[in-house]
Amino acid sequence: MVQLTLPKNSKIRTGKTWPKPEGAKTLRTFRIYRWSPDDGENPRVDTYFVDMDSCGPMVLDALIKIKNEIDPTLTFRRSCREGICGSCAMNIDGTNTLACIFGMDEIKGDVKIYPLPHMPVVKDLVPDLTHFYAQHESIMPWLETKSNTPAKEWRQSIEDREKLDGLYECVMCACCSTSCPSYWWNGDRYLGPAALLHAYRWIIDSRDEATGERLDGLHDPFKLYRCHTIMNCTSTCPKHLNPAKAIAEIKKMMVERVV
Amino acid sequence: MSYKTDYNRVQGLGRAGEGVGHFWIQRVTAMALVPLAILFLIPFANALGGGYEALVATYSQFGNALTAALFILVASWHFSIGIQVVIEDYTQGGTRLVLIVLSKFFSFVLGAAGVLAVAKILFSA
Repeated sequence: MVQLTLPKNSKIRTGKTWPKPEGAKTLRTFRIYRWSPDDGENPRVDTYFVDMDSCGPMVLDALIKIKNEIDPTLTFRRSCREGICGSCAMNIDGTNTLACIFGMDEIKGDVKIYPLPHMPVVKDLVPDLTHFYAQHESIMPWLETKSNTPAKEWRQSIEDREKLDGLYECVMCACCSTSCPSYWWNGDRYLGPAALLHAYRWIIDSRDEATGERLDGLHDPFKLYRCHTIMNCTSTCPKHLNPAKAIAEIKKMMVERVV
Repeated sequence: MSYKTDYNRVQGLGRAGEGVGHFWIQRVTAMALVPLAILFLIPFANALGGGYEALVATYSQFGNALTAALFILVASWHFSIGIQVVIEDYTQGGTRLVLIVLSKFFSFVLGAAGVLAVAKILFSA
């Protein structure tokens, strides 16, 4: 349900200001959300100063530098460092994006970093995505077939394969779903843009034989129709995909079945 | 405390098998309202300022009464569908249920009252 204010125990307080690195000439200020499940305290925003002369260009470079050189307790997820794993999704300068491919030159002033919005926080910048992953699982993200398995492979024409472009690249970072107000208010029942983009990816796969079942599974006022074309998903996607269009295509197919 | 798995929670009560009709009718009524609103507003605007007599004269004509009645009916229908979506978005549980029922009552009363008012003018002229 809609929540316009944070619960009492989630209200953010001013945190610690960490000392500036000695001898640094080019300093950049980072304001980072901190919360630990162990101390019973409210979340706070800590301030760090990073020497940009010895730091890489991406936000993740700065986070790793802070963790290595200033505060080893700062917690965040990261893995590939090149926008392929989707682990380092967070809210940077007011936009959900991947820290590893978001350049600090794109940010004016202080760099403000928060976890993905409206998700339960595990610690600091790490959100709990178990529900999000279960929603992905629910749309059957695999090839469903009934015909006998061919001896060699399920064949697909070049044209049919091209229909998957702009869909298969999704890395499930959750930037889109957690930017969607409909997902904030009804994320327990609405599948969200990421799961629906994946659903569409399998619906239009020419090799898949469960198109009707897949559409049946989405025929629900909440699972699919909470999308009101707000388009936050598309504008925030760090991979420049278009989940809003994928959802619109599913809605068109739903109408095609009845009209 | 519940030990339900996340997959179980996502499944919930399953799919409702409903939604496309609602979605489609919302678009159809929206499309219908574009010409209907224009056809309703032109004679209405002309009659405005002319007082009671001018309005009665306007809606005594069958064409004007028909477009007015259609506009009121389709607009109430569209309102009923649209407001349900808003209520579903922002409320939950019992509140959601009560508000949806009330919004349906309100829409039907609005539509019926509007059409009867137009009919009264048309048939009493």
